[in-house]
Amino acid sequence: MKALSIRNLRKTYNNGHEALKGIDLDVEAGDFFALLGPNGAGKSTAIGIISSLVNASSGSVSIFGHDLKKERSQAKSCIGLVPQEINFNQFDTVKSILLNQAGYYGTPRQLALQRTEQCLKQMDLWDKRDTISRRLSGGMKRRVMIARAMVHAPKLLILDEPTAGVDIEIRRSMWKMMEEVNQQGTTIILTTHYLEEAESLCRNIAIIDQGCIVENSDMKSLLARLNVDHFVLDLAEPLAAAPVFDGFKIDLMDDKILEVAVPKESGLNELFKQLSGQDIRVLSLKNKTNRLEQLFMDLVDAKTAGEAA
Amino acid sequence: MNNWIPFRTIIVKEIYRFVRIWPQTLLPPAITTTLYFLIFGKLMGDRIGSINGSPYMDYIVPGVILMSVISHAYANVVSSFYSTKFQRNIEELIVAPVPNWVILAGYVSGGVMRGLLVGCVVGLIAMLFADLTIHSIWISVSMAFLTATLFALAGFINAVMAESFDDISIIPNFVLTPLSYLGGVFYSVNMLPGIWQTISMGNPILYMVNAFRYGFIGVSDIDIQLSFLMTGGFIAVLAIFSLYLLYKGTGIKQ
Repeated sequence: MKALSIRNLRKTYNNGHEALKGIDLDVEAGDFFALLGPNGAGKSTAIGIISSLVNASSGSVSIFGHDLKKERSQAKSCIGLVPQEINFNQFDTVKSILLNQAGYYGTPRQLALQRTEQCLKQMDLWDKRDTISRRLSGGMKRRVMIARAMVHAPKLLILDEPTAGVDIEIRRSMWKMMEEVNQQGTTIILTTHYLEEAESLCRNIAIIDQGCIVENSDMKSLLARLNVDHFVLDLAEPLAAAPVFDGFKIDLMDDKILEVAVPKESGLNELFKQLSGQDIRVLSLKNKTNRLEQLFMDLVDAKTAGEAA
Repeated sequence: MNNWIPFRTIIVKEIYRFVRIWPQTLLPPAITTTLYFLIFGKLMGDRIGSINGSPYMDYIVPGVILMSVISHAYANVVSSFYSTKFQRNIEELIVAPVPNWVILAGYVSGGVMRGLLVGCVVGLIAMLFADLTIHSIWISVSMAFLTATLFALAGFINAVMAESFDDISIIPNFVLTPLSYLGGVFYSVNMLPGIWQTISMGNPILYMVNAFRYGFIGVSDIDIQLSFLMTGGFIAVLAIFSLYLLYKGTGIKQ
């Protein structure tokens, strides 16, 4: 069963900007799916159309088999949206935000009260239920948005940069919550600029750039395509020049820092063997960039280069 | 989906909003109309005498009540819906499976409730100054309800099309208030010279005030049936236009 099916979706804004150029996308039920792309790529437009906040120019969107135009009510009932910006009524209490949301989805009062309690407890906000929402911290407001999106028990949860601007501790606790929600059977579509987040949470991924899908595959096979890893090595003693080894590209960044491109077929053992051979002692090593970040940049750069050509 | 639950949710939210901020919503009309009754009714009214066979105070009370109903039904929807747009929590309703007519009905009902509640408050205050008589309670109640509905719809359209807080004050200040004052609240249209009588006939508020007043004193400058027909016609036109704006997503969708 497909949680989301998009066909030839196009959007041209009134100012003539073509935000989506006929994208096709499928997300399976139960998936944890990443939709990535640079700023202005068309992610938010796509999410806006799926959640009815933006009118599509053409194309179709189907949610759990319900066409968004023909079976609007059924399709919308399946979706829970966590938008980028805080958009709840800042003068309402946390509890009333969730109760109102449940009401909009036709949830009977008694059930709405039960789900509100359940979602607020899951988001660790139950003790804040009677607090006026504008008095909450930024991280709490983000969690209110997730709780609000889940209160009608949606089958598809769309999270548009849910962890933007929150500190690392809260971000990690939110990852845990998202994983739990997904394990309970909710399909999740996540957009994020933290590629580490997408790599650790998502099973499948689509990358959108300049209104087109430039990559759509499962995370494992996408990462397997990365042939070269970049490492930064801290050295014990300074070097005057970068050493030259067969099969490795090495740059001396500082007199005690080397940046090494390590091809998968060579591996780290070979690198360390050659470093030892020249009596270069390494104190520590770290990945220069997140692996997905490297791939993301490669794909987006390739698309840009293609457009320029 | 059961549309009653989302409708009830919107209307309860709206009522809770204007009751919570009662010093801004319910208290000011009580003070303003007390001053109207004191100054126009008591101090000046005794010198004016009677109009259409009614003491001046009794003559102006229905108009003042309806003027309050109009301004508060309008103000409630325009400020509430525009704030919802401004804070972007209108997105909650757009994303949810709430039909456009339920959104419209919910907000308009909120405006009607506030308009009628303020009308009751002003009516109670009026009882301190005048011996109110009722000629036909049903004519007054139904005209108050229809007038509140009409101006709640107008407030909704204003809020949908407004792009700034300035835009939601232009219509009340430059259209609604002059039309209310020139709508025969404080005088009979028959007292005006010929050309002004003709011009006044183009003011829809004149028809509503006269029909509402007829329910109290049994006298009207205008045909009552025409008043009801005109108000009903305006409601139909504004409701259709509001639904069209929601369908197109004007001001709320990209």
